[in-house]
Amino acid sequence: MSFWKRLTGGLSRSASKLGEGLAKIGMRGADPKTLQEVEDLLISSDIGVETATRIVAALNDGRLGERYEENDFKALIASEVEKVLSKVEQPLDISSHKPFVVLAVGVNGSGKTTTLGKLAAKFHAEGKKVTLGAADTFRAAAIEQLKLWASRTNSSIIAKAQGSDPAGVAFDAMTKAREEDADVLLIDTAGRLQNKEALMGELEKIVRVIKKIDDSAPHAVLLVLDATVGQNALSQVEAFKQTAGVTGLVVTKLDGTAKGGILVAISARHGLPVHFIGVGESVDDLETFSAKDFSRALVGLDESA
Amino acid sequence: MFENLTGRLGGVLDRLRGRGALTERDVTEAMREVRQALLEADVSLEVARAFVEKVTARAVGAEVIRSVTPGQMVAKIVHDELVAVLGSDAKPIDLQATPPVAILMVGLQGSGKTTSTGKIAKRLKERAKKKVLMASLDTRRPAAQEQLAVLGKQVSVDTLPIVEGENAVAITKRALNEARRGGYDVVMLDSAGRVTVDEELMQEAADVAALAKPHEILLVADALTGQDAVNTARAFDAKLAVTGIVLTRVDGDGRGGAALSMRAVTGKPIKLIGTGEKLDALEDFDPSRIASRILGMGDVVGLVEKAAENLDAAKMQATAEKMRKGSFDLSDLRDQLDQMSKMGGLSGLMGMMPGVAKMKNQMANMNIDDGLLKRQKAIIDSMTPGERRNPDILKASRKRRISAGSGAKVEEINRLLKMHRQMADVMKSMRKGKGGGMLAGLGNMLGMGAPGGQMPSQEEIQKLAEKMPDAGKLPAQFPGLSNMPSKFPGLPGLGGVNPLKKK
Repeated sequence: MSFWKRLTGGLSRSASKLGEGLAKIGMRGADPKTLQEVEDLLISSDIGVETATRIVAALNDGRLGERYEENDFKALIASEVEKVLSKVEQPLDISSHKPFVVLAVGVNGSGKTTTLGKLAAKFHAEGKKVTLGAADTFRAAAIEQLKLWASRTNSSIIAKAQGSDPAGVAFDAMTKAREEDADVLLIDTAGRLQNKEALMGELEKIVRVIKKIDDSAPHAVLLVLDATVGQNALSQVEAFKQTAGVTGLVVTKLDGTAKGGILVAISARHGLPVHFIGVGESVDDLETFSAKDFSRALVGLDESA
Repeated sequence: MFENLTGRLGGVLDRLRGRGALTERDVTEAMREVRQALLEADVSLEVARAFVEKVTARAVGAEVIRSVTPGQMVAKIVHDELVAVLGSDAKPIDLQATPPVAILMVGLQGSGKTTSTGKIAKRLKERAKKKVLMASLDTRRPAAQEQLAVLGKQVSVDTLPIVEGENAVAITKRALNEARRGGYDVVMLDSAGRVTVDEELMQEAADVAALAKPHEILLVADALTGQDAVNTARAFDAKLAVTGIVLTRVDGDGRGGAALSMRAVTGKPIKLIGTGEKLDALEDFDPSRIASRILGMGDVVGLVEKAAENLDAAKMQATAEKMRKGSFDLSDLRDQLDQMSKMGGLSGLMGMMPGVAKMKNQMANMNIDDGLLKRQKAIIDSMTPGERRNPDILKASRKRRISAGSGAKVEEINRLLKMHRQMADVMKSMRKGKGGGMLAGLGNMLGMGAPGGQMPSQEEIQKLAEKMPDAGKLPAQFPGLSNMPSKFPGLPGLGGVNPLKKK
C-alpha cells in the first residue's frame, strides 16, 4: 500500500471533518459568514486560532469573490497550508556523522519507542548498522519493548535494569556504538511532561552526558508528537527545545481520525523541520514527511495527480 | 491543567465585573473572547459554540440587566454553565454487581490505559479492599503484556499469566474463568490501543465486551488531546457504550479542553483523573470543584480534604497547643513547612485557593517555588536544638555556620527568622481570641469563619480579593507577599521571597 493510501486510509472511512465542512461551504463565494466558518473549521482541526486567522486573511486577499468548485476551494486552502509547511519539509540526513546519534524525546505515550523501532528497521533496510540505547528506564517493560524491536531489526541494544540512571545508559550506548563502528545510534528516553522540572533536568543530563563522549552529538533530537495533541504541543515544542535542543519533529498516529493540524501551528511559530510521520502500527508505517501530501490530506483532497 | 483557561476567562470576566451596567454589546464582546479562550484551550468547536450561545442567551436576559451587579451575574452564569457541561456530581467507579465485576479499559494508543489500569487496581485493592485480577489483552504492541505484569508486581495485584499467541477474546475468557475460580472481586481487562477508524480492532473490543459484560467500560483519554477528542469519545461510545472517562496527564500544562468536550458530547462522566507518574497519582473527578478552579474561585473543599488526608492530626494538635501558649519555636515552624510540602507544596496549595490562581504566573516569575520550602527546612536543620528553641541567641557567627551548613545566604536566614518572629507575634495576639489549629488558620486565611467545606460566596471572594495583592500589578508593586505571613499565619514559606528577585 502506498504511503498516500495509508495516510488517507482513515479518511476513506471517516473523511476529515475539515474536508467535509469545506465541501459544504465551498462554492458560496466570500462573505464574512463563510470566512468565519472556514476559520472555525480550520480551528477545529487543531490549526489554532492564530494560524487559522492568518490563513483566512490570506484567502480573503481579493481572490475569494468568485464561486469555487469544491475541489478548487479545498486546493486553495491546501496551498495556503502548504506554504506554511513547505519550509519544514526536510528529510533526516544521517551521513554527516558516524555514529549519527539520534535522541527521541516527548511526553508519555506519544510513540517514541515505536518510532525508534521503525527507524531502526528503516536504517537496517538501507544497509546501515544500527545500535539502540534503552534509556527509558522508568516505564514498566519499556526496555523489553525496545529489545523486541532490536531483535526484529537485527540491531544491537544497550540496556540496563529498570530504574537505573538513564544518562548512564546513554553513556554506555555512546561508547558501544563507537566500538561497534555503528552508522547510527538511536537512544530512547522516558516520556515526560514538559512542565515537570525534575524530569526535564534528567533529560538535560542525558544530553550533557552524551556530549562528554562526542561534543557534536546528539546530531538529531527528535520530538515525537501524537497527532491527536492539541494546542499543548506548542508548549511541548518550546520546553523540549529549550531543554534538549530539539532539531526536528516526528508526528505519529496519523492513521486515526486526527490529522495533526497542530503541525501547521507549530511550523508557523517555530519552523522546526518535520522528518517523519507515523501512519500505522507495522514496521514500515513510517514515512518521510511531504508538505504537499500532508496539506491535501488535511483538507480532505485526493492524491495529487 | 486548566491554568491558562483560568487566566483567560478570569481576565474577561474581571473586566465585566468592573462595570456598573452592561449593554448587550458588552456581553457579546465578552462572549467572543470567552469563545476564543475556550478554543485555545482545545475545547472542541461545537462545544464552545453551544456553550457561548447558552451563556449569551441567559446573560442578555432580564436577570442580568436588571441585577445590581451585572458582571457578577455573568460570572455566575459562566460558572453554572461550566458545571452543567462538566456534570454536577462526582461519579466514582461503580462496583455494585455480582463479583467478579469486570472493568474494561479502552482508548487510543498511548493514552495511558495500562498505567491507569495499574493505578485503579491499586486503589480498589487499598481503599475498597477488593481482590483484583488484571489481564492485558494487548497482543499487538511489543511487551505490552509484560508492562502490566511489572505494574502488577509493583502494586501487589495479581496479573493473569501470559500465554503466547492467544488472542484478546481467548485471554478474556481465561481471565473471567480465573477470576471466578480464584474468588476475585474485580477483574480488570486492559485492551490494546486502537484508532477508532480500525473497524476490525473496534469489533474485537466489542467482542470482548460482549463476552465479559463489563460493569464499567472506561475510556482512557489524554488531557492534552486537541479537537479530535470529540471524535474519539463519540466513536468509542457509539461502538462500546462507555460508562465513564478516565482522563490522564492532568498534571501536564494542558488547558483541559478535552475534558469539557468529551463530557459534553457523550454525556458520560469523567470518573477519575491521572495526576502523575507515580502509581498512587489518581484522583476522583469532582466537576463543581473543577469549574470553580477554572474560574479562579479556588477549590476550598479540595484544600480541606487534602489537609485532612495529609496532615498529622496529633502533630497539628500539638502545634495548635503551642500556638495558643505562644511558644511556637523553629522546630514547630519546620513541622509546618513539612506539612506544607506534604500537601503539594506552595504551588499546589495556591492553586486551590480562591483568587490566587491568577497570581500563579507572577509567582512563577518571582521564584516562589517549592524549592523554597526545602531551603527553609535546610536552614532549620542546620541549627542546634538550642537554637531552634531560642532563636534569639543566633548572632553573626552562628548564622555564618548555619549558612555554610545549609547552603543558604545569611540574608535568607534573616528572612526566615523575621518570618518566624512575625508568625509568633500573630500567634501571641491570637491567644486571647478564638483558638484553633492550623486548619482554623487556613480557614481564616481563606476568608471563611470555620474550617467547613462550603464554597465561599461571591461576597467572601470579593472580600478576599481585597486582601490579596492585585494580580494585575508588577512584582515590584507586590509588597503584600513578603509580609504575608503576618496576615496569614497558616502560610509560612512566602516570607522568604524577595519580590524583586526574578527567575
